[in-house]
Amino acid sequence: MCRLAMKTASEPFSPFSVLQAMEAMQEGYDGSGLGLLLRGLKFADYKYNAQDPILSGIAHTEEALARLDHIMDKAGFTLKYDHEYDVKKAMIEAQDRHKYILRVYKKPAAWSKLSTDQVEHELMLTRLALRADGEAHGNDLTAFSLWPDVVMAKEVGWPLDIGLALGLDSGRITSRICMAQGRQNTNYGINLYACHPFFIQGVATMTNGENTAFIPIKDWLTGRAYPGYIGYQSDSEVFAHILHYVTKQLKLPLATYKHVITPLKNEELTKHPQGDFLRGLRDACRRLIIDGPNAVIGTLPDETSMLVMDAKKMRPATVGGKPGEWAIASEMCGVDAMIPDRDRSKDFQPMREHTVIIPPDRQELQIWSQFDQLPIHQAA
Amino acid sequence: MVSVRSIANTPSSLTPNDLPWIIEHREDRCTLCGKCAAVCPVGTLKLAYMRKRMPQLVLSSSERGSSYKTFVGIRQSTEVNKRCIGCGTCAMVCPNEAIHPVQNAERDRFRFLNSQQGEPAKRGGRRNDPGASLLDRIIFDRISMLTDPALDAGRHEFSCNTLLGRVLPPEEYVRRKLAGEWIPPVREIFPFVIGSMSFGALSPNMWLGLLQGVAYCNEVLGIPVVMATGEGGCPPWVLRSPFLKYIILQIASGYFGWDEIIRAIPEMQCDPAAIEIKYGQGAKPGDGGLLMWFKVSKLIARLRGVPEGVDLPSPPVHQTLYSIEESVMKMIQTMSMAWNFRVPVYPKISGSTSAKSVLNNLVRNPYAGALMIDGIDGGTGAAYNISMDATGHPIAANVRECYLDLCAQGKQNEIPIFAAGGVGKNGNVTQNGMALIMLGASGVHMGKFIMQSAAGCLGTESNRCNVCNIGLCPKGITSQNPKLYRRLDPDQVAQRVVETFMSIRTEMKKVMAPLGRSQSLPIGMSDALGINDKDVAERLNIRYVC
Repeated sequence: MCRLAMKTASEPFSPFSVLQAMEAMQEGYDGSGLGLLLRGLKFADYKYNAQDPILSGIAHTEEALARLDHIMDKAGFTLKYDHEYDVKKAMIEAQDRHKYILRVYKKPAAWSKLSTDQVEHELMLTRLALRADGEAHGNDLTAFSLWPDVVMAKEVGWPLDIGLALGLDSGRITSRICMAQGRQNTNYGINLYACHPFFIQGVATMTNGENTAFIPIKDWLTGRAYPGYIGYQSDSEVFAHILHYVTKQLKLPLATYKHVITPLKNEELTKHPQGDFLRGLRDACRRLIIDGPNAVIGTLPDETSMLVMDAKKMRPATVGGKPGEWAIASEMCGVDAMIPDRDRSKDFQPMREHTVIIPPDRQELQIWSQFDQLPIHQAA
Repeated sequence: MVSVRSIANTPSSLTPNDLPWIIEHREDRCTLCGKCAAVCPVGTLKLAYMRKRMPQLVLSSSERGSSYKTFVGIRQSTEVNKRCIGCGTCAMVCPNEAIHPVQNAERDRFRFLNSQQGEPAKRGGRRNDPGASLLDRIIFDRISMLTDPALDAGRHEFSCNTLLGRVLPPEEYVRRKLAGEWIPPVREIFPFVIGSMSFGALSPNMWLGLLQGVAYCNEVLGIPVVMATGEGGCPPWVLRSPFLKYIILQIASGYFGWDEIIRAIPEMQCDPAAIEIKYGQGAKPGDGGLLMWFKVSKLIARLRGVPEGVDLPSPPVHQTLYSIEESVMKMIQTMSMAWNFRVPVYPKISGSTSAKSVLNNLVRNPYAGALMIDGIDGGTGAAYNISMDATGHPIAANVRECYLDLCAQGKQNEIPIFAAGGVGKNGNVTQNGMALIMLGASGVHMGKFIMQSAAGCLGTESNRCNVCNIGLCPKGITSQNPKLYRRLDPDQVAQRVVETFMSIRTEMKKVMAPLGRSQSLPIGMSDALGINDKDVAERLNIRYVC
């Protein structure tokens, strides 16, 4: 079973501290991989402007790197900073890793006329173009994310080893949010894209457990004909895409996510102040109902973090911390390892109706219940 | 050349051994009560005096060398229209288990002669395709409890219902809801629906029993079962009752019963569950409905607005049908308007290679509530044998194609597909239904199964009984003759309906739990299906297992 750890803090911290927390939960994974996502970045050797997109990925060959350069040049991106990981190749199982990419670009000048939505769309299309190019050349180029203030890294192996192999213990990169997942891809083959967290247009999620409703959900998302809804090497990728669909396409508040993936029962909806709207939403989003068992940890572009469970609650997750510093992990020992000096009595394990939201100010948890009124238009 | 008359021999002459069913009678057990002959629905049985010689050893010349014994036996008619149908009612009434029909192990010769007076063979009931059906062979092989905590079918809560009605895409739903615009009606129903069987095809007691059972399922057990009427309307008191909400009213090409329905609209206490527009059925594609004259009783005649005792063949198509597109659009919108757009309206079609054309037409019609496809194994009250045996399309591939077509368009949540045609024909109703649901159906309709399960219909897939068409149903299920249908107690039928649905619900949980599904019906969960036939697996796009 997967193990998850996420820390969010007002002051940037090293991702290595989260990997050490992963070590506390080691009995739950098998060394098949690590996925990392960092937000709110600070580089020791570069003054980063949070508006600039960062490309994360792996060029497996020199030729792939050249093609990547060509694609980015052609799209009008200007390279501002090329972070060189202190890679210890001997510690990495895979032999075809020419270069781990973490590059800061300046957006194409031509995009200055575009709206925010259009810019976000173009960023996604560029990432997908890089991914498609890699897939067309024997998977020699892997593109995890292209987004402002987001860095991702994924690799096969034990989490702590990978952290050391990429030199993450050096403190050259710190961030205000770090999501980490020790992945055991239960149902499908090992594949870098199958490693959590999953990312689309700034929305990221990671999950433990198994998504038994995967195929119908995947079929439905694929049918949207939305270019970003592809991949699905892992059954958990749909959680990121559903979160993206609810917040970015339906433009509904974050609290609605829970109503989509685990809608209330009829008798509960009759008592809900917006039961009529939610019942219709349940019908309309019926194919997005998840069946778990899963705990889903997510982060949004504005540095909001969240945790939700499937309705059966057969997968663990807990949240704890103090103002300015919070941690969510699939096991309590993970939270202990990340924030040892917190008041443990205030730790919270969400029940089936809860969405735990840590807003960007990180002062206190919001425990959102599905029985509460949604902050949407009165007509609903 | 003049024929010899010494042997009774005509082209249509048959012996009991040439018939599909042979009656076995045990003289040593028979009490000569005559119940079997009295009850035989087709009058094939006759008590007959028979004489047999009793040879004996004789030592004196004054006595005869043999004597004769006269006894009363059973004769089985060898007339084509009076052949034994194998229903076994004789065995049911025999006090001594002295009589029962046995299926002829030989291939009968009767089938070659079943066209007397130039009238092709007709029957009611089923296709008679014995052996495991394709749906019986589909298994659920993705057992998630090995990788995850197991669900407990007995303790966890399961959401087993499905939706009937057009569902808007989420973006459109949110937009319309905020703008206060019309949202198409959607019903949450149990995915196993009692399929269309008309008030006319079914006896009043059977129909009432079904309705009582359905009402109990809904109001006491909370299982939102609905039943479809088939063509022929609905009793006026039901139209004005609160039970109408459990009923799908069918309008077919004969429009029988719709005068009563339209007249009742202003007095209805509630809306019907849905309106089904029948364009075709699985058992006899291209044929309209048929209620033979035997069954057009006074009550049925009143309900349908026709004279008593006449054949009621519906036209093969709706009179509005110039093209399917036009017809579907006209009828769906007309029927929607009749209930002020509060009731889902959907067409029912025969399984066919052209089903996708209808589906794509519906996808673009904002008022279409679903599509119901009835496959070749569907049953019927009356049809020509050739229609039932050889016309139509099996349901599995039909549903699968349509569902995948919807997936490709991203519309699979918008137009639910309902499937029928052989669901539960060998008794495995939940397995068959869940297989269709995982292939992409939102629910299934069942007719033959519910008649067997709820009323003890005697039909089997081995050509047994099959006289639904001539009003002689020995169980009183499909007869309009009070002498026959009073054999059926509506309360007992209702109880069996309830038992049936409770059992289906439990079996559904037993299927869903190992798959790790409890929050929503696993529509389109094809990764959970396997079959031990490579060609079928490839055609249905499911896993081949062996």
